[in-house]
Amino acid sequence: MAVVEPFAGSRPMEANRFSPYSDNGGTVVAIAGEDFSVIGSDTRLTVGYAINTREQSKLFRLSDKTVLGSCGCWCDVLTLTRVLTARLQMYNHEHQKVMSTPAVAQLLSTMLYYKRFFPYYVSNILAGLDAEGKGAVYHYDPVGHYERNHYYAGGASSALLQPFLDNQVGLKNMTNATKEPITRERAVAIIKDAFISAAEREIHTGDAVMISIIDKNGIKEERFSLRKD
Amino acid sequence: MAHHNFDRFAAGPLWHNGPTPGGIYNFPGRQVEDSGRFQERSKQPITTGTSVIAFKYDNGVEKGVAIAADMLGSYGSLARFRDCRRLCKVNNQIIVGAGGDYADFQYVQSMIEQKTIDDECLDDGFSMKPRAIYTWLTNILYNRRSKMDPFWNNFIVAGMQDGEPYLGSIDKLGTAYEDNIIGTGLGMQLGVPLIREAIERKPLMSKAEAQQLLVHTMEVLFYRDARSFPKYQLGFITPDGVTISDPLYLDNQKWGFALYKK
Amino acid sequence: MSTIGAGYDLSASQFSPDGRVFQVEYAQKAVENSGTVIGLRGKDCIVLAVEKLVTSKLYEAGSNRRIFNVDRHIGMAVSGLISDARQIVETARAECANYRSQYGTNIPLKYLNDRVSMFMHAYTLYSAVRPFGCSVILAAYEADGPQMYMIDPSGVSYGYLGCAVGKAKQSAKTEIEKLNLKDMTSDQLVKEAAKIIYQVHDELKDKEFELELSWVGKNTKGVHERVSDAVYQEAERSAKLAMEDDSDSETEDM
Repeated sequence: MAVVEPFAGSRPMEANRFSPYSDNGGTVVAIAGEDFSVIGSDTRLTVGYAINTREQSKLFRLSDKTVLGSCGCWCDVLTLTRVLTARLQMYNHEHQKVMSTPAVAQLLSTMLYYKRFFPYYVSNILAGLDAEGKGAVYHYDPVGHYERNHYYAGGASSALLQPFLDNQVGLKNMTNATKEPITRERAVAIIKDAFISAAEREIHTGDAVMISIIDKNGIKEERFSLRKD
Repeated sequence: MAHHNFDRFAAGPLWHNGPTPGGIYNFPGRQVEDSGRFQERSKQPITTGTSVIAFKYDNGVEKGVAIAADMLGSYGSLARFRDCRRLCKVNNQIIVGAGGDYADFQYVQSMIEQKTIDDECLDDGFSMKPRAIYTWLTNILYNRRSKMDPFWNNFIVAGMQDGEPYLGSIDKLGTAYEDNIIGTGLGMQLGVPLIREAIERKPLMSKAEAQQLLVHTMEVLFYRDARSFPKYQLGFITPDGVTISDPLYLDNQKWGFALYKK
Repeated sequence: MSTIGAGYDLSASQFSPDGRVFQVEYAQKAVENSGTVIGLRGKDCIVLAVEKLVTSKLYEAGSNRRIFNVDRHIGMAVSGLISDARQIVETARAECANYRSQYGTNIPLKYLNDRVSMFMHAYTLYSAVRPFGCSVILAAYEADGPQMYMIDPSGVSYGYLGCAVGKAKQSAKTEIEKLNLKDMTSDQLVKEAAKIIYQVHDELKDKEFELELSWVGKNTKGVHERVSDAVYQEAERSAKLAMEDDSDSETEDM
């Protein structure tokens, strides 16, 4: 890539010029079904070519029907999710109810835009159930633009995985494809396949994938090992 | 605000050298920067410490966290200060180890010290747990990086949390994570794989074995890290409390692999 | 006090024609209504003791403490309005923290005393504020031995060998004067302190009280702390014993 990297450590001899950002890798994928959502993240945390830890999930459970996947600059992820959790807590106390997924989606956008001129360097994907109980996936850019869709990939391997999802979930560029609602088994299988492939080609993704399956009965979690090299 | 009239040869106006209403006050004889430019600070560390390494051990009987750091304060490539203690006891269940700028570390250390005193003054029978210090340090470091004036440090928080070993790491940006084995700097590249391999071979380790492994890792780091030093300290956090050793030396160095060794 | 105040007692920033600041005197009255607090300075230790009046059986034991740690090496015992006192404790703690961040060492008690006195005095100067309704005793064990100061609501402070403040300060002072403080050890001090508190307690007017005991000295390595449970119980036991002996001898006299 001939792009100038804004991250410290991405160039080998970054001589003491302080950058407040770092790229800590990580990938998040989410798929929404009729009455469920699945979201997965890898558990590798990197800086440059080094692995900080192999056991860092990037999924944040915000309520029984909303999970946020967040990766990019890890210190921003930590801060953003901490503040977001606090905001949700305050909402809970004030309104005596759990915030709906679309409301969380809007709140997250507002919080990101609030830092428009010193952004959180973070890829966010929000998955959950909307007010009607339908699966919902929201995807963000770092400064708060967001849109809802049925599936999204974000983070280090997003460029690898988005076309894969377009084909396998969105059934794009397929002849004779019959559009049927995706089953949760198929969604989970696609996410696993996506991460296995990403771990093959992209060094900032790997070690394991954590998968959260959200439906009206709550959230189920699953761990799946990936290659560790 | 009391101040002097430096221009003593001219009669000053009645309201002189004071703050202009709505303006920025300039101290006499000194031009204060009043532009809205970002002032850039802390662009580089000065006196630095190199890696810190730590890992959890548990064999069912003995458990705790082992941590080590050498005692060199480097001034660029000059091995300048040879007695820099980089492990500090916070209370009876926490050790914080630091790499990076030593002045920043000492400042943070004094903040932690005051926090501990405040804690003790309350006299409610509680003391901070490692996770509290870890989270607090994360916030402190993140806030400073957001002001573009970072504390140029890597911190490792080691301790016992509710009877279980605890280990976490924070860098100068506020990037924080917990793990069973943590190294900073070259300790991450060279030390962690060594320790990981040893623990995979022998998952249930006693304190003595942990100590042996730690010393071995320090030795390997000394062979390859040009900013390291053979004088170091070991720290242990066990359910019985915290110990930090007196300075130790890497004796029995094996330089046999060096081709032109005399 | 026939013409109480006569209009000159509404503000701390105004003298009365005979040169008094009534607001400060009223603040001192507030202290005199409070439980007795004493400090004994011995050979190499200081003991602080408080008669904490408990006005209801419904209060939890050990709440609303009147002895505070201000720094590791400094203790503060307070009498008067507890909420006023807590603000002074906070200020004193901030002073200690400030001094340590500047100079990296423990704040000298003399200096802390000056600062806290100035702070309390400042609240006797302005019409917008009222003086603190409390007196505080500061104690520490430093390189040149034990040190103790007491500050009253006017902001005046003295160094003391033994001091008492609160309801029964007169009789407490009389008792303290009988002691040979300079030669007393920490254990003796604790027992005497407990004894005095029990002695001066007015059973008829105030029924319940809780004894608080703390010390700082050579025996605690210069750290101010509450006395251990064992020491506390022993001191309380011997104080009660002494009370019984007293009442026995009184009946014999009759």
